[in-house]
Amino acid sequence: MDFEWSVIWQALPELLKGARLTVLIALAGLAGGLLIGFAAGLARAYGNAVLNAIAFAYVEIIRGTPIIVQVMFIYFALPILANVRIYPLAAAIMAIIVNAGAYIAEIVRGSFLSVHRGLREAGLALGLPLWKVLLYIIGPLAFRRMIPALGNQFIVSLKDTSLFIVIGVGELTRQGQEIMAANFRAVEIWSAVAMFYLIMTGALTLILRMTEKRMRIL
Amino acid sequence: MSIVEFKKVTKRFGQVTILDQVDLSIEPGEKVVLIGPSGSGKSTLLRCINALEEINGGDLVVDGISVKAGGRMVRLIRQEAGMVFQQFNLFPQMTALENVAFGPRRVRGESHQDARKQALEMLGKVGLADRAHHYPSELSGGQQQRVAIARALAVKPKLMLFDEPTSALDPELRHEVLRVMQALAEEGMTMIVVTHEMAFARKVGTRLIFMEGGKIAVDGEPRELLANPQNPRLKEFLQHVV
Repeated sequence: MDFEWSVIWQALPELLKGARLTVLIALAGLAGGLLIGFAAGLARAYGNAVLNAIAFAYVEIIRGTPIIVQVMFIYFALPILANVRIYPLAAAIMAIIVNAGAYIAEIVRGSFLSVHRGLREAGLALGLPLWKVLLYIIGPLAFRRMIPALGNQFIVSLKDTSLFIVIGVGELTRQGQEIMAANFRAVEIWSAVAMFYLIMTGALTLILRMTEKRMRIL
Repeated sequence: MSIVEFKKVTKRFGQVTILDQVDLSIEPGEKVVLIGPSGSGKSTLLRCINALEEINGGDLVVDGISVKAGGRMVRLIRQEAGMVFQQFNLFPQMTALENVAFGPRRVRGESHQDARKQALEMLGKVGLADRAHHYPSELSGGQQQRVAIARALAVKPKLMLFDEPTSALDPELRHEVLRVMQALAEEGMTMIVVTHEMAFARKVGTRLIFMEGGKIAVDGEPRELLANPQNPRLKEFLQHVV
Protein backbone atom coordinates (compact mmCIF):
# COMPACT_ATOMS: atom_id res chain seq x y z
CA MET A 1 0.00 0.00 0.00
CA ASP A 2 1.03 3.62 -0.36
CA PHE A 3 1.59 5.83 2.64
CA GLU A 4 -0.13 9.07 1.65
CA TRP A 5 1.52 11.95 3.50
CA SER A 6 -1.08 14.33 2.10
CA VAL A 7 -3.76 12.54 4.15
CA ILE A 8 -1.93 13.49 7.32
CA TRP A 9 -1.45 17.09 6.15
CA GLN A 10 -5.16 17.40 5.52
CA ALA A 11 -6.04 15.86 8.87
CA LEU A 12 -3.53 17.95 10.78
CA PRO A 13 -5.80 20.85 11.81
CA GLU A 14 -8.42 18.48 13.21
CA LEU A 15 -5.84 16.35 14.96
CA LEU A 16 -4.24 19.44 16.49
CA LYS A 17 -7.62 20.50 17.79
CA GLY A 18 -8.00 17.09 19.36
CA ALA A 19 -4.50 17.19 20.82
CA ARG A 20 -5.24 20.55 22.37
CA LEU A 21 -8.29 19.13 24.08
CA THR A 22 -6.29 16.11 25.24
CA VAL A 23 -3.70 18.41 26.81
CA LEU A 24 -6.42 20.51 28.42
CA ILE A 25 -8.15 17.49 29.98
CA ALA A 26 -4.86 16.04 31.16
CA LEU A 27 -3.60 19.32 32.66
CA ALA A 28 -6.84 20.21 34.41
CA GLY A 29 -7.31 16.62 35.53
CA LEU A 30 -3.80 16.24 36.87
CA ALA A 31 -3.87 19.61 38.66
CA GLY A 32 -7.05 18.53 40.43
CA GLY A 33 -5.70 15.02 40.88
CA LEU A 34 -2.60 16.39 42.60
CA LEU A 35 -4.74 18.39 45.02
CA ILE A 36 -6.98 15.45 45.87
CA GLY A 37 -4.04 13.07 45.86
CA PHE A 38 -2.07 15.14 48.37
CA ALA A 39 -5.13 15.54 50.59
CA ALA A 40 -5.99 11.84 50.50
CA GLY A 41 -2.37 10.69 50.78
CA LEU A 42 -1.69 12.89 53.80
CA ALA A 43 -4.97 11.80 55.37
CA ARG A 44 -3.85 8.19 54.93
CA ALA A 45 -0.41 8.85 56.37
CA TYR A 46 -1.16 11.25 59.20
CA GLY A 47 -4.94 11.63 59.53
CA ASN A 48 -7.08 10.46 62.41
CA ALA A 49 -9.12 7.26 62.10
CA VAL A 50 -12.05 8.93 60.33
CA LEU A 51 -10.00 10.79 57.71
CA ASN A 52 -7.87 7.72 57.19
CA ALA A 53 -10.94 5.52 56.62
CA ILE A 54 -12.48 7.97 54.14
CA ALA A 55 -9.24 8.26 52.17
CA PHE A 56 -8.76 4.50 52.24
CA ALA A 57 -12.27 3.85 50.90
CA TYR A 58 -11.77 6.42 48.15
CA VAL A 59 -8.45 4.95 47.03
CA GLU A 60 -9.74 1.38 47.08
CA ILE A 61 -12.97 2.16 45.20
CA ILE A 62 -11.18 4.08 42.46
CA ARG A 63 -8.23 1.72 42.11
CA GLY A 64 -10.60 -1.22 42.08
CA THR A 65 -12.77 -0.05 39.17
CA PRO A 66 -11.84 0.69 35.53
CA ILE A 67 -11.57 4.34 34.56
CA ILE A 68 -14.02 3.75 31.72
CA VAL A 69 -16.66 2.65 34.23
CA GLN A 70 -15.86 5.72 36.31
CA VAL A 71 -16.40 8.13 33.43
CA MET A 72 -19.58 6.33 32.37
CA PHE A 73 -20.82 6.66 35.93
CA ILE A 74 -20.00 10.37 36.06
CA TYR A 75 -21.50 11.10 32.67
CA PHE A 76 -24.59 8.88 32.67
CA ALA A 77 -25.37 7.89 36.26
CA LEU A 78 -24.47 11.04 38.19
CA PRO A 79 -26.94 13.26 36.28
CA ILE A 80 -29.74 10.86 37.26
CA LEU A 81 -28.63 10.58 40.88
CA ALA A 82 -27.92 14.26 41.47
CA ASN A 83 -30.27 15.73 38.89
CA VAL A 84 -27.60 17.85 37.24
CA ARG A 85 -26.46 18.25 33.68
CA ILE A 86 -22.85 17.25 33.10
CA TYR A 87 -21.04 18.19 29.93
CA PRO A 88 -18.79 15.59 28.33
CA LEU A 89 -15.67 17.72 28.82
CA ALA A 90 -16.49 18.27 32.50
CA ALA A 91 -17.10 14.55 32.94
CA ALA A 92 -13.76 13.79 31.31
CA ILE A 93 -11.86 16.19 33.55
CA MET A 94 -13.66 14.93 36.65
CA ALA A 95 -12.82 11.35 35.73
CA ILE A 96 -9.11 12.14 35.45
CA ILE A 97 -9.16 14.11 38.71
CA VAL A 98 -10.86 11.32 40.63
CA ASN A 99 -8.86 8.55 39.01
CA ALA A 100 -5.39 10.14 39.14
CA GLY A 101 -6.11 11.42 42.65
CA ALA A 102 -6.40 7.89 44.00
CA TYR A 103 -3.09 6.75 42.53
CA ILE A 104 -1.35 9.98 43.47
CA ALA A 105 -2.62 9.53 47.04
CA GLU A 106 -0.66 6.30 47.29
CA ILE A 107 2.43 7.93 45.78
CA VAL A 108 2.20 10.81 48.27
CA ARG A 109 1.62 8.50 51.24
CA GLY A 110 4.52 6.26 50.30
CA SER A 111 7.01 9.05 49.74
CA PHE A 112 6.12 10.95 52.91
CA LEU A 113 6.38 7.79 54.99
CA SER A 114 9.68 6.87 53.35
CA VAL A 115 11.36 9.93 54.88
CA HIS A 116 13.36 8.88 57.94
CA ARG A 117 11.15 9.26 61.02
CA GLY A 118 13.98 10.86 62.97
CA LEU A 119 13.54 14.01 60.88
CA ARG A 120 9.91 14.23 61.89
CA GLU A 121 10.90 13.81 65.53
CA ALA A 122 13.61 16.45 65.16
CA GLY A 123 11.07 18.90 63.76
CA LEU A 124 8.51 18.14 66.46
CA ALA A 125 11.18 18.35 69.15
CA LEU A 126 11.87 21.95 68.13
CA GLY A 127 8.28 22.74 69.08
CA LEU A 128 6.67 22.88 65.65
CA PRO A 129 3.13 21.67 64.95
CA LEU A 130 2.98 18.60 62.71
CA TRP A 131 1.68 20.50 59.70
CA LYS A 132 4.72 22.78 59.72
CA VAL A 133 7.03 19.78 60.05
CA LEU A 134 5.36 18.27 56.99
CA LEU A 135 5.41 21.54 55.05
CA TYR A 136 8.98 22.65 55.72
CA ILE A 137 10.90 19.46 56.46
CA ILE A 138 9.27 16.25 55.25
CA GLY A 139 7.42 17.70 52.25
CA PRO A 140 10.45 18.99 50.35
CA LEU A 141 12.25 15.66 50.84
CA ALA A 142 9.20 13.58 49.96
CA PHE A 143 8.51 15.66 46.86
CA ARG A 144 11.89 14.74 45.38
CA ARG A 145 11.16 11.06 45.86
CA MET A 146 7.72 11.43 44.29
CA ILE A 147 8.87 12.73 40.94
CA PRO A 148 9.55 9.42 39.15
CA ALA A 149 6.28 7.89 40.30
CA LEU A 150 4.32 11.07 39.56
CA GLY A 151 5.83 11.08 36.07
CA ASN A 152 4.47 7.59 35.53
CA GLN A 153 1.02 8.65 36.66
CA PHE A 154 1.04 11.77 34.48
CA ILE A 155 1.81 9.68 31.42
CA VAL A 156 -0.83 7.09 32.26
CA SER A 157 -3.45 9.78 32.86
CA LEU A 158 -2.58 11.58 29.63
CA LYS A 159 -3.12 8.41 27.68
CA ASP A 160 -6.26 7.55 29.64
CA THR A 161 -7.90 10.61 28.11
CA SER A 162 -8.20 8.55 24.92
CA LEU A 163 -10.90 6.48 26.65
CA PHE A 164 -13.21 9.48 26.71
CA ILE A 165 -13.98 8.67 23.11
CA VAL A 166 -16.88 6.75 24.67
CA ILE A 167 -18.63 9.88 25.89
CA GLY A 168 -17.98 11.83 22.72
CA VAL A 169 -15.30 14.24 23.90
CA GLY A 170 -13.49 15.48 20.79
CA GLU A 171 -10.02 14.67 22.08
CA LEU A 172 -7.19 13.34 19.96
CA THR A 173 -8.31 9.72 19.62
CA ARG A 174 -11.89 10.72 18.88
CA GLN A 175 -10.71 13.14 16.18
CA GLY A 176 -8.60 10.41 14.64
CA GLN A 177 -11.54 8.02 14.71
CA GLU A 178 -13.82 10.55 12.99
CA ILE A 179 -11.32 11.40 10.27
CA MET A 180 -10.68 7.73 9.69
CA ALA A 181 -14.38 7.02 9.38
CA ALA A 182 -14.58 9.60 6.61
CA ASN A 183 -11.50 8.71 4.54
CA PHE A 184 -10.69 5.12 5.59
CA ARG A 185 -6.94 5.90 5.76
CA ALA A 186 -6.36 3.87 8.91
CA VAL A 187 -2.57 3.52 8.53
CA GLU A 188 -1.87 7.21 8.06
CA ILE A 189 -4.33 8.49 10.64
CA TRP A 190 -3.49 6.08 13.47
CA SER A 191 0.22 6.57 12.81
CA ALA A 192 -0.27 10.30 13.11
CA VAL A 193 -2.38 9.94 16.26
CA ALA A 194 0.27 7.70 17.83
CA MET A 195 2.97 10.25 16.96
CA PHE A 196 0.97 13.00 18.65
CA TYR A 197 0.74 10.97 21.85
CA LEU A 198 4.45 10.21 21.71
CA ILE A 199 5.28 13.89 21.33
CA MET A 200 3.11 14.78 24.31
CA THR A 201 4.43 12.03 26.58
CA GLY A 202 7.96 12.75 25.36
CA ALA A 203 7.63 16.39 26.34
CA LEU A 204 6.32 15.33 29.75
CA THR A 205 9.23 12.96 30.26
CA LEU A 206 11.67 15.71 29.36
CA ILE A 207 10.14 18.17 31.82
CA LEU A 208 10.26 15.56 34.58
CA ARG A 209 13.87 14.69 33.77
CA MET A 210 14.85 18.31 34.02
CA THR A 211 13.02 18.79 37.31
CA GLU A 212 14.66 15.70 38.71
CA LYS A 213 18.09 16.82 37.62
CA ARG A 214 17.72 20.13 39.38
CA MET A 215 16.84 18.43 42.66
CA ARG A 216 19.05 15.98 44.45
CA ILE A 217 17.17 13.08 45.98
CA LEU A 218 18.17 13.08 49.63
CA MET B 1 10.59 24.68 91.67
CA SER B 2 11.73 21.60 89.81
CA ILE B 3 12.10 22.01 86.08
CA VAL B 4 11.22 18.37 85.48
CA GLU B 5 9.00 16.35 87.78
CA PHE B 6 8.02 12.73 87.20
CA LYS B 7 5.11 11.62 89.39
CA LYS B 8 4.60 7.87 89.29
CA VAL B 9 5.12 7.88 85.52
CA THR B 10 4.34 4.64 83.72
CA LYS B 11 5.06 3.98 80.07
CA ARG B 12 4.11 0.80 78.25
CA PHE B 13 4.69 -0.40 74.71
CA GLY B 14 1.87 -2.92 74.26
CA GLN B 15 2.25 -5.45 77.06
CA VAL B 16 5.78 -4.42 77.95
CA THR B 17 6.26 -1.93 80.77
CA ILE B 18 9.19 0.36 79.96
CA LEU B 19 8.83 2.85 82.82
CA ASP B 20 7.35 1.54 86.03
CA GLN B 21 5.93 4.27 88.31
CA VAL B 22 8.99 6.47 88.09
CA ASP B 23 9.34 9.36 90.55
CA LEU B 24 12.06 11.90 89.79
CA SER B 25 12.64 15.62 90.34
CA ILE B 26 15.27 17.58 88.49
CA GLU B 27 16.20 21.10 89.57
CA PRO B 28 17.39 23.90 87.28
CA GLY B 29 21.15 23.77 86.74
CA GLU B 30 21.53 20.06 87.36
CA LYS B 31 23.56 17.94 84.93
CA VAL B 32 21.92 14.55 85.14
CA VAL B 33 23.64 11.57 83.55
CA LEU B 34 21.35 8.61 82.83
CA ILE B 35 22.94 5.22 82.46
CA GLY B 36 21.71 1.66 82.41
CA PRO B 37 21.65 -1.51 80.33
CA SER B 38 19.88 -1.41 76.97
CA GLY B 39 16.14 -1.74 77.41
CA SER B 40 16.25 -0.30 80.93
CA GLY B 41 14.09 2.65 79.87
CA LYS B 42 16.63 5.48 79.93
CA SER B 43 15.97 6.72 76.38
CA THR B 44 12.24 6.37 76.88
CA LEU B 45 12.44 8.38 80.10
CA LEU B 46 14.24 11.14 78.20
CA ARG B 47 11.74 11.07 75.32
CA CYS B 48 8.80 11.33 77.71
CA ILE B 49 10.11 14.68 78.93
CA ASN B 50 9.47 16.42 75.61
CA ALA B 51 6.44 14.24 74.90
CA LEU B 52 7.94 12.38 71.95
CA GLU B 53 6.61 9.41 73.88
CA GLU B 54 3.19 9.60 75.47
CA ILE B 55 2.98 8.48 79.07
CA ASN B 56 0.36 5.90 80.08
CA GLY B 57 0.12 6.63 83.78
CA GLY B 58 1.05 9.20 86.41
CA ASP B 59 1.98 12.75 85.48
CA LEU B 60 5.06 14.51 84.19
CA VAL B 61 5.43 18.26 84.61
CA VAL B 62 8.09 20.16 82.66
CA ASP B 63 8.67 23.84 83.44
CA GLY B 64 5.21 24.02 85.00
CA ILE B 65 3.37 22.34 82.11
CA SER B 66 2.04 18.79 82.14
CA VAL B 67 2.98 16.67 79.12
CA LYS B 68 -0.65 15.58 79.11
CA ALA B 69 -1.89 19.12 78.42
CA GLY B 70 -1.74 18.37 74.68
CA GLY B 71 -1.29 20.38 71.47
CA ARG B 72 -0.07 23.90 72.00
CA MET B 73 1.11 23.28 75.58
CA VAL B 74 3.24 20.33 74.52
CA ARG B 75 4.82 22.53 71.86
CA LEU B 76 5.72 25.03 74.59
CA ILE B 77 7.43 22.23 76.53
CA ARG B 78 9.38 21.27 73.43
CA GLN B 79 10.53 24.85 72.93
CA GLU B 80 11.91 24.83 76.47
CA ALA B 81 13.49 21.37 76.20
CA GLY B 82 15.94 21.13 73.31
CA MET B 83 16.80 17.65 72.12
CA VAL B 84 19.89 16.10 70.56
CA PHE B 85 19.50 12.69 68.94
CA GLN B 86 21.84 9.76 68.57
CA GLN B 87 21.47 9.92 64.77
CA PHE B 88 21.81 13.75 64.61
CA ASN B 89 18.67 14.01 62.42
CA LEU B 90 19.81 17.16 60.64
CA PHE B 91 17.55 18.29 57.80
CA PRO B 92 19.51 17.07 54.76
CA GLN B 93 18.12 19.62 52.29
CA MET B 94 19.36 22.54 54.39
CA THR B 95 22.87 23.85 55.00
CA ALA B 96 24.26 23.91 58.54
CA LEU B 97 23.23 27.54 58.80
CA GLU B 98 19.71 26.87 57.56
CA ASN B 99 19.38 23.97 59.98
CA VAL B 100 20.27 26.18 62.91
CA ALA B 101 18.24 29.18 61.69
CA PHE B 102 15.20 26.94 61.23
CA GLY B 103 14.12 27.02 64.89
CA PRO B 104 14.33 30.79 65.40
CA ARG B 105 12.62 31.35 62.04
CA ARG B 106 9.80 28.80 62.13
CA VAL B 107 9.34 28.21 65.85
CA ARG B 108 10.08 31.61 67.36
CA GLY B 109 8.82 33.43 64.28
CA GLU B 110 11.80 35.72 63.93
CA SER B 111 12.74 37.54 60.75
CA HIS B 112 14.93 35.78 58.21
CA GLN B 113 17.82 38.09 59.03
CA ASP B 114 17.62 37.82 62.81
CA ALA B 115 17.36 34.04 62.53
CA ARG B 116 20.49 33.93 60.36
CA LYS B 117 22.41 36.14 62.72
CA GLN B 118 21.55 33.98 65.69
CA ALA B 119 22.35 30.85 63.75
CA LEU B 120 25.82 32.12 62.88
CA GLU B 121 26.37 32.96 66.51
CA MET B 122 25.32 29.47 67.58
CA LEU B 123 27.51 27.84 64.96
CA GLY B 124 30.39 29.93 66.25
CA LYS B 125 29.68 28.65 69.71
CA VAL B 126 30.04 25.02 68.61
CA GLY B 127 33.13 25.93 66.60
CA LEU B 128 31.61 25.57 63.14
CA ALA B 129 31.20 29.11 61.85
CA ASP B 130 33.40 28.18 58.90
CA ARG B 131 31.10 25.29 57.95
CA ALA B 132 27.92 27.36 57.84
CA HIS B 133 27.26 26.77 54.16
CA HIS B 134 28.00 23.07 54.10
CA TYR B 135 25.23 20.51 53.80
CA PRO B 136 25.02 17.78 56.47
CA SER B 137 26.29 15.20 53.97
CA GLU B 138 29.46 17.26 53.61
CA LEU B 139 30.18 17.23 57.34
CA SER B 140 31.75 14.60 59.58
CA GLY B 141 29.61 12.89 62.20
CA GLY B 142 31.09 14.98 64.97
CA GLN B 143 30.46 18.18 63.05
CA GLN B 144 26.89 17.10 62.29
CA GLN B 145 26.22 16.46 65.95
CA ARG B 146 27.63 19.87 66.87
CA VAL B 147 25.33 21.48 64.29
CA ALA B 148 22.46 19.53 65.85
CA ILE B 149 23.37 20.91 69.28
CA ALA B 150 23.46 24.44 67.81
CA ARG B 151 20.07 23.83 66.18
CA ALA B 152 18.53 22.87 69.52
CA LEU B 153 20.19 25.78 71.36
CA ALA B 154 18.99 28.31 68.79
CA VAL B 155 15.43 27.92 70.05
CA LYS B 156 16.76 29.16 73.44
CA PRO B 157 15.66 26.25 75.61
CA LYS B 158 15.93 26.16 79.39
CA LEU B 159 16.85 22.52 79.39
CA MET B 160 18.75 20.23 77.05
CA LEU B 161 18.07 16.54 76.49
CA PHE B 162 20.82 14.40 74.96
CA ASP B 163 19.91 10.91 73.74
CA GLU B 164 23.20 9.02 73.40
CA PRO B 165 24.79 11.94 71.53
CA THR B 166 28.11 10.22 70.91
CA SER B 167 27.04 6.61 70.35
CA ALA B 168 26.94 6.90 66.56
CA LEU B 169 30.38 8.52 66.38
CA ASP B 170 33.84 7.11 65.92
CA PRO B 171 35.88 7.34 69.15
CA GLU B 172 38.15 10.07 67.78
CA LEU B 173 35.14 12.27 66.93
CA ARG B 174 33.45 11.94 70.30
CA HIS B 175 35.62 14.34 72.22
CA GLU B 176 34.67 17.34 70.04
CA VAL B 177 31.01 16.78 70.85
CA LEU B 178 31.69 16.14 74.53
CA ARG B 179 33.75 19.33 74.71
CA VAL B 180 30.83 21.36 73.38
CA MET B 181 28.54 19.70 75.91
CA GLN B 182 30.95 20.44 78.72
CA ALA B 183 31.16 24.10 77.73
CA LEU B 184 27.38 24.22 77.74
CA ALA B 185 27.30 22.70 81.22
CA GLU B 186 29.81 25.28 82.45
CA GLU B 187 27.46 28.03 81.26
CA GLY B 188 24.88 26.65 83.66
CA MET B 189 22.53 24.87 81.25
CA THR B 190 20.29 22.22 82.79
CA MET B 191 21.16 18.97 81.05
CA ILE B 192 19.85 15.43 81.03
CA VAL B 193 22.19 13.11 79.18
CA VAL B 194 21.73 9.46 78.28
CA THR B 195 25.23 8.17 77.63
CA HIS B 196 27.84 5.49 78.10
CA GLU B 197 30.64 8.07 78.52
CA MET B 198 31.64 7.51 82.14
CA ALA B 199 34.46 10.05 81.96
CA PHE B 200 31.90 12.68 80.99
CA ALA B 201 29.62 11.61 83.84
CA ARG B 202 32.48 11.96 86.29
CA LYS B 203 33.74 15.29 84.98
CA VAL B 204 30.53 17.12 84.08
CA GLY B 205 27.68 15.33 85.81
CA THR B 206 26.25 16.57 89.08
CA ARG B 207 23.97 13.59 89.41
CA LEU B 208 24.10 10.02 88.17
CA ILE B 209 21.01 7.89 87.69
CA PHE B 210 21.27 4.17 87.03
CA MET B 211 18.14 2.64 85.57
CA GLU B 212 17.17 -0.97 85.50
CA GLY B 213 13.95 -2.67 84.46
CA GLY B 214 12.03 0.58 84.08
CA LYS B 215 12.92 1.83 87.57
CA ILE B 216 15.53 4.16 88.98
CA ALA B 217 17.85 1.78 90.80
CA VAL B 218 20.55 4.21 91.93
CA ASP B 219 20.52 8.01 92.14
CA GLY B 220 23.46 9.94 93.54
CA GLU B 221 26.70 11.82 93.16
CA PRO B 222 28.60 10.62 90.07
CA ARG B 223 32.18 10.61 91.34
CA GLU B 224 31.19 8.72 94.46
CA LEU B 225 29.02 6.18 92.66
CA LEU B 226 31.57 5.51 89.94
CA ALA B 227 34.46 5.17 92.37
CA ASN B 228 32.64 2.98 94.81
CA PRO B 229 29.38 1.48 93.52
CA GLN B 230 27.39 -0.22 96.27
CA ASN B 231 24.57 -1.56 94.12
CA PRO B 232 25.71 -4.94 92.72
CA ARG B 233 23.93 -4.41 89.38
CA LEU B 234 25.54 -1.02 88.92
CA LYS B 235 28.89 -2.56 89.80
CA GLU B 236 28.43 -5.24 87.18
CA PHE B 237 27.21 -2.72 84.59
CA LEU B 238 30.24 -0.49 85.13
CA GLN B 239 32.58 -3.42 84.65
CA HIS B 240 31.06 -3.95 81.22
CA VAL B 241 31.11 -0.37 79.96
CA VAL B 242 34.40 0.93 81.25
